[in-house]
Amino acid sequence: MPIKVLMFGWELPPCNSGGLGTACYGLSQALANQNVDITFVLPQRVNVKADFMRLVFADIQGFNWPDFSPYASFKYLPKNFPPEMARDLFSAVNLYAKRAADIAKKYNYDIIHSHDWLCFPAGIVAQQVSSKPLVTHVHATEFDRGGGQGINPMVYAVEKMGMDKSEAIMPVSNFTKNIILKHYQIDSAKINVVHNGINPEEYVNQIDESNPLDALKKAGYKIVLFLGRLTMQKGPDYFLKAAARSLEYYPKTVFLVVGSGDMENQMINLAVQLGISDKVLFAGFLRGQMLNQAFRAADLFVMPSVSEPFGMTALESVATGTPAIISKQSGVSETLGHVLKADFWDVDEMTNQIVSVLNYPSLHKSLKENGKEESKNVSWQAAASKTINVYKKVLGRKKK
Amino acid sequence: MSAICLYFQVHQPYRIKKYRVFDIGNDHNYFDSPDGSRLSNKDVLQKVARKSYLPTNQVILELLKKHPEFKVAYSLSGVVMEQLEEYAPDALASFQELVATGRVELLSETYYHSLSYIFSKDEFKAQVKLHSQMIKRLFKKIPKVFRNTELIYKNELGQDLEAMGYEGILAEGADHVLEWRSPNFIYKPVGTQNIGLMLKNYRLSDDIAFRFSNPGWTEFPLTAPKFARWVSAFNGSGDIINLFMDYETFGEHQWEDTGIFEFLRHLPQELLRHRDNYFVTPSQALKKLPKVAELNFPNFVSWADVERDISAWLGNSMQDDAAAKLYALESAVLKSRDQKLISDWRRLTTSDHFYYMCTKWFSDGDVHKYFNPYDSPYEAFIAYANVLQDVKLRLEKLHKTK
Repeated sequence: MPIKVLMFGWELPPCNSGGLGTACYGLSQALANQNVDITFVLPQRVNVKADFMRLVFADIQGFNWPDFSPYASFKYLPKNFPPEMARDLFSAVNLYAKRAADIAKKYNYDIIHSHDWLCFPAGIVAQQVSSKPLVTHVHATEFDRGGGQGINPMVYAVEKMGMDKSEAIMPVSNFTKNIILKHYQIDSAKINVVHNGINPEEYVNQIDESNPLDALKKAGYKIVLFLGRLTMQKGPDYFLKAAARSLEYYPKTVFLVVGSGDMENQMINLAVQLGISDKVLFAGFLRGQMLNQAFRAADLFVMPSVSEPFGMTALESVATGTPAIISKQSGVSETLGHVLKADFWDVDEMTNQIVSVLNYPSLHKSLKENGKEESKNVSWQAAASKTINVYKKVLGRKKK
Repeated sequence: MSAICLYFQVHQPYRIKKYRVFDIGNDHNYFDSPDGSRLSNKDVLQKVARKSYLPTNQVILELLKKHPEFKVAYSLSGVVMEQLEEYAPDALASFQELVATGRVELLSETYYHSLSYIFSKDEFKAQVKLHSQMIKRLFKKIPKVFRNTELIYKNELGQDLEAMGYEGILAEGADHVLEWRSPNFIYKPVGTQNIGLMLKNYRLSDDIAFRFSNPGWTEFPLTAPKFARWVSAFNGSGDIINLFMDYETFGEHQWEDTGIFEFLRHLPQELLRHRDNYFVTPSQALKKLPKVAELNFPNFVSWADVERDISAWLGNSMQDDAAAKLYALESAVLKSRDQKLISDWRRLTTSDHFYYMCTKWFSDGDVHKYFNPYDSPYEAFIAYANVLQDVKLRLEKLHKTK
């Protein structure tokens, strides 16, 4: 008998604003592949294709993707919403939980699996309605999103309640597990780390017939890529500071910034202040083909996150064959050895590493080849196997 | 009758400090990591002296006093002798005390424990000469038997060493070379007349060096009587058992609490309990025992890893790049007559730098990781490549001022 899971998510690609949707999709697909029956709930009807699982939409009103991105900070939320509809992220989360009661009654499942605080109330409601066990997946905590600038106590309270009420917690890294242990007072026996992954077969034989960045490369420029939301958490300011330092030693470099966010104007101003605005390209938010082209064109990817529960982009970069410098304050650094690592604040060390990769082709080649090979082991299939073990443990089923 | 030859390798490199792009052109001190750093050569040497060299030398000295038949051989690299003089003169004195007994033979090697034989025979010969001069100065001896860095060996080296006047050479008793033959005889390198080839019995040697404290090993725990039985079992089917290993096996790779010192303390008496066993030094073995056959080593063989080849030091693109760039500077550096520059360049020839860049087993976290003071092979390469850039700049500057 396959295990039947009622899963609460917030977003799925292509209607996603970041790693949460990508991770939910990759994990669900691999779980389905390993014979898990998934009923996947989303807050609102969106055009998503995922025929390996049953999609259910909670149809909450007023919910307007992408206004309620899981990364949105409250002050930027739209204001003029009718009162009976979701006015802000919190009311959307509460409406989602309300709808979860009917959904929980309607479907047949053994276990409930909720992704991040946005879905924790929905999971808790389903748990109360059905008396089925709840497991929670932690892709990020409020301590990551705050980037060291303080937390929202309401979000923290929801996170803590979800973790307290669940029978098992799956953080995406030991890095995140340690945050949970430190700040949420959870019994470590309940915590099972499940690292994110990729589908290695998606990275075979990727060739661009033409790439918009070819012209730069033909002109002899090296391309160093930053890819992520322009928020405190992702450390774009450290990237630009390292860029300015690196340009002193390797002038023929373009620093490509992909992503948008509340620090966008601040970053453009910083590039001007540092006197490197002619060497920094702000490409905005990219997805799909253009995103892949950015990965492939780049000579080096830099992820200077201040606090990164996992860091999918680094894994994607390495799988693409683009060497990566990753922050030591990241979960992905637990899974990759064939990358360069630096503390996010260590602009000097990051500069040393950037210039070295650009200067020494043999270093670039070794990182590229070994990293790509190593990334194959960090797969969604491996993550799914660990997740199934957690389900079995919770359901009291013994492994054969 | 079975001879037993114990030879211990004593070596510590000059590790390169975290040398960054900003240092190029500004800082010419490549090896002076601050105290407390994993790359501090002084710290490492003093720790190894305290944990391994001093206590092991003490045991060996007791054994030499207790058993008049006991003999042992060492090879000390030039760079370890240099560091002993500077950082642990008491440990150097204890080696001198051992040699003064007359029953301790010192072997010859390249001063810098380098891969120079592979890249430059001139540099190789120069480093061998430097090493002999150091041995003469510190120990008043002239070594007659050679061991190359990490037992790297092939036929041509045997021929070259014969021409240089050596009596013998040590090599790994690798299965793929020996095939059906036994490592427990003296052989003759292909194309030579008089020089002898002594092969490491890697099973027995590695039982001590690698497996001694491994609880997962079926023979754990290893005791001196048990080991002596294994050695004695070869009586009648071999002339000599060569037990070659790193000296740091005692106290550093195998910690004191594993019982390694007690094992060593009891080993000679257990071996001598069997009347056919006797100890020899390499020179004595080569004089006494016949060369049973010619042995063909067409390619480089070493004592490292399961491959027993040179892929721990060379073969990945960083290692090959670093070595090519290093030896491309050889003639310009030597012509400069700048003694500090020459010494710095030569310290960069030490094989350990290339070992640190090895990516073969990096993610598995095995011995390579254990022996790597850098966080990754990539960090090791970055420091090395940056230093080479600085050496190049120093050369360019010298040319301008001339």
